[in-house]
Amino acid sequence: MLAALLAAAESAEAISPPFPHLLTALIVVPAVGALLVALISKQRPDACRQIGFLAAALTGALSVYVLIKFQATDGNFQFVESSTWIKEFGIGWKLGVDGISLFLVVLTGVLFPVAILAVVPDHDPKPYYAWLLVLQSASMGVFLALDLFVFFVFFEIVLVPMYFLIGKWGHGNRTYAALKFFIYTMFGSAVMLVGIIALVALTQRATGGATTFDLQALADAQALSTNTARAVFCAFALAFSIKVPIFPLHTWLPDAHTEAPTAGSVILAGVMLKLGTYGFLRFGLYLFPEAARWAAPVFLVLGVIGIIYGAIVATMQKDLKRLVAYSSVAHLGFIVLGTFAINRQGITGGILQMVNHGLSTGALFLLVGMIYERRHTRLIAELNGLQKAAPLMAASFTVVMLSSIGLPGLNGFVGEFLILNGTFIAHRWYAVVAATGVILAALYLLWAYQRTFHGSPKQVENERFADLNFREGAMMLLFIGGIVFMGVYPKPVIDRIEPAVDRLIAQVEDKTETFTAPEATPALAAGEDHAEPAAAEGEDAGDEGGGETGTDDAEVGAAAAEAEQQAVTEPPARAGAAQLTEALEAAEASAEEHE
Amino acid sequence: MSLIAQATTTDLTTPSVDWWGVMPLLLLTAPAMVLLHASSLLPKVFKGFYTLVTVAIAVVAGGFAIGLWWRVTDVDRGPFSTLGGAFGVDGFSVFVTVLLCASVILAALLADGYLRREGLEGAELYVLLLLSASGGVIMASANELIVMFLGLEILSLAVYILATSHVRRFASQEAGMKYFVLGAFSSAFFLYGIALVYGATGTTSLIGIRTFLATNTLLDNALLLAGFALLLVGFGFKVAAVPFHAWTPDVYQGSPSPVVAYMASGVKAAGFAGLLRVFYLAFSTERTDWQPIVYVLAVATLLAGAVLAVVQTDVKRMMAYSSISHAGFILVGVQAASARGTEAALFYLAAYTFMVAGSFGVITAVSRKGDDHTSLDDFKGLASAKPMLAAAFTVMLLAQTGVPLTSGFFAKFGVITAAVDARSYWLALVAMLSAVVGAFVYLRIIVAMYMGDSHDDHVEAHADGDAAVAVRADGGLAVLAVPTTLWIALAVAVAVTVLVGFLPGLVTSLAQDAAPALIPAR
Repeated sequence: MLAALLAAAESAEAISPPFPHLLTALIVVPAVGALLVALISKQRPDACRQIGFLAAALTGALSVYVLIKFQATDGNFQFVESSTWIKEFGIGWKLGVDGISLFLVVLTGVLFPVAILAVVPDHDPKPYYAWLLVLQSASMGVFLALDLFVFFVFFEIVLVPMYFLIGKWGHGNRTYAALKFFIYTMFGSAVMLVGIIALVALTQRATGGATTFDLQALADAQALSTNTARAVFCAFALAFSIKVPIFPLHTWLPDAHTEAPTAGSVILAGVMLKLGTYGFLRFGLYLFPEAARWAAPVFLVLGVIGIIYGAIVATMQKDLKRLVAYSSVAHLGFIVLGTFAINRQGITGGILQMVNHGLSTGALFLLVGMIYERRHTRLIAELNGLQKAAPLMAASFTVVMLSSIGLPGLNGFVGEFLILNGTFIAHRWYAVVAATGVILAALYLLWAYQRTFHGSPKQVENERFADLNFREGAMMLLFIGGIVFMGVYPKPVIDRIEPAVDRLIAQVEDKTETFTAPEATPALAAGEDHAEPAAAEGEDAGDEGGGETGTDDAEVGAAAAEAEQQAVTEPPARAGAAQLTEALEAAEASAEEHE
Repeated sequence: MSLIAQATTTDLTTPSVDWWGVMPLLLLTAPAMVLLHASSLLPKVFKGFYTLVTVAIAVVAGGFAIGLWWRVTDVDRGPFSTLGGAFGVDGFSVFVTVLLCASVILAALLADGYLRREGLEGAELYVLLLLSASGGVIMASANELIVMFLGLEILSLAVYILATSHVRRFASQEAGMKYFVLGAFSSAFFLYGIALVYGATGTTSLIGIRTFLATNTLLDNALLLAGFALLLVGFGFKVAAVPFHAWTPDVYQGSPSPVVAYMASGVKAAGFAGLLRVFYLAFSTERTDWQPIVYVLAVATLLAGAVLAVVQTDVKRMMAYSSISHAGFILVGVQAASARGTEAALFYLAAYTFMVAGSFGVITAVSRKGDDHTSLDDFKGLASAKPMLAAAFTVMLLAQTGVPLTSGFFAKFGVITAAVDARSYWLALVAMLSAVVGAFVYLRIIVAMYMGDSHDDHVEAHADGDAAVAVRADGGLAVLAVPTTLWIALAVAVAVTVLVGFLPGLVTSLAQDAAPALIPAR
């Protein structure tokens, strides 16, 4: 379905201009929906659910409309809207979308109606839907904002609905988790606010012009001295590092993800974790190119630590949901790694992986939520042999899990490969270490799967475990569709991401005197040539299926990365990703077998 | 003797009075006096009569002040002073006057149902509110240190009595006593400060002081610096800045809730108005001397207020410490010693007036008869018993946290901007970090209201473990009576907080025009 849409989009490019204030509508529609839900009587939970779903779905439809109308070859901001909000402070209501934010917007648009449809809250449905819609509105705002102030406003607003969702509809230790989440994140954004104001004030002082919070104007001005820019970058980076979260600041994540209600976990993993990584790209690299490059080694190290640490801790978890939560730490380590490789492959892979992680981890949380609904436990020790009673669920879990591991032919592989590729070009040894994270991912997920689904059920409850019903099945099919599509034919997605990434890299190169993105050196840029054999081997391995597959793939990936070391051929640079996608097309068959 | 001789030989010229300029002040005091006497003569009045009259008086006085606003912001006429230059009328004083009127209106609306519930009906509380506000108006307009002191005393004495106005409650008596004794101390410090400044500069007129300091370089400024310090003690006490804050939690907890709403908004606004007038205007040439002191005060106030609020179990005490922390934020604006800082402080005061009035409105309702149900446990389950009340409190608390799209966010944004502009980056950072600590306090209250039935560690740890308390609280919440006047006050507070949160330009443009000025008498 998505493929057809995208194909149609390419042919019908920019014929009719989209209606004005399209992006504002993306923010306003769910907000109005939330207001409507708030006005409905508490006695009519069905109406709340319908309105809630309609508003979220309408937003989703609008976001898909943006996707269709989006011009793939243009790296600049599109659908830009700009008007004054607070004249006194030079704050404007400026929105826009480019390849970096496009798919995050679509993900936000689509994931919310799915989450609303998939989960029925066990109490107080009215505020539940209202808060979800507020959350959708605010998340959209974060991804669309081109004004630092507007961005900050939404970045903060996001906390409130999530706080209530975790605190009111969560499990077990929910108030603790909600408080920790709120305070932790607010700590980061408090520092960022000072950074934003300092950036704006100092830029104004240096240029002598009017005060402005306009992202592009600030990025073009680059008026801060090196040391000041670095200090301000640190203020931004702290906020984003907490939001991502990056290794030593991650402790809120397992609590928040585990205690959140299922829909909350899906949204947390799918949308909210991207706020940080997106922030690094949009505000870190774009506003402070030199500082970002200066700080890159730190983030590369922390990214790698996150990958390994997240994977090891996930392996030791007894709670299935907590395991998935820690797997997020590892996945986000990859995204950070790709982002701070600061080259086309790395950043493209990072963005792709943001979307992939939203799909696969979102689906995993949904599945864990379904298991919890049926068994009222998430302890791996109490779950066993579910495969017998629930083959469909087992199949869905397999595909989603394999996507999370990074099996070729599924979406996770494409993103992780590009990230490792980009990192390898820029910083060889980080990629080598990070690649072992892929193996560990296979270890913890397959082991968990084995314990949960394999064998014969030991408890009566596990024997009588209900399989997916129609609604749940349809839901999973949607996710799996996305997972397979992105794994097999990521070209349309990458085509839309790359121009914006090129523009970002050009900005980094322009604004830092001695810097060129590492891929420009021919000796190291040959990596892509090996994409094909790597993918091909992956395909072979994929055919075998079963527990060892993921491990093999990971090793193949690592081997491919190492092989690049010796390769010295002409630079294929630009077509690299597209080439890879062609190679992956062949893997489709194997992926579908898993389904 | 010689003076009397002079008076007999020459015509005594009294300064000319611009009656329109002092009209808001007169409109607060004269009707208040009439009300006081009428109340003892009128045998029986209908329910809510005094509230209505008080609100009307404050509206009229505020209306006159708004009329003055056009006069002082007019390019041709501009700010002016009257009463021999002792009473300045400028955008700043008019802004604070309107703010004080708003604060009186909100407090009167809260007091209406409160006094009836507690069986304390009478005109005294309203009269004292109006008189106290008139003292605040004097402080905001004073161009003379002596006049400033008069304003301070009028403001304070009325509030001391207001604190004790719950005659049947021991805590209220104790609060009033404590406030009075410590307040008298601070007044003495203030007066001594005036004396020392007079000794150093030879005048008590703010205009005279400024001129003197601008034209003379003091070889030995120890006297002046000591004067600064003592004046700061006086103001610091009124605005509850650390380390002069010790009275705040006890007085806030003991005083009647509507009175606390006024204390936290009106008294604070008046205190800051005086502080800005004296230090930002008169001592502007010596700012390098007093800015570091205010810097330290601000840091101490921010941190102590936020951190001490965390360990409280009584919502009124939490609000007391949070009001200390908010005072720290306003001090951040003062510390900038710039037009932008003053503007930010005024915006903060305006936003905070409505936030705190709304907060104490909810506390007034929840405290129930006897005015002592204010522990965190008493708020458990408020969301299910009175969803609207809980929602209003949530808006107020989120605004105090500084969540965007509430006035509280722009208030914080303004002072942080001012601090960054003045290159006080670390102060800005400390302020924002204290806001994070403060967030914990407000969220605890929200947790109690919405998730109170859960076994929450933070709440549980402080609960007295008496199951009977919880039972009584829940039974009480369901039958909670919320009078209409309180709803009105809450609606106003919420509406202003949210509206300004979306369109801060409404107030920032006013605050920009509300620049204080020292204009000599013509």
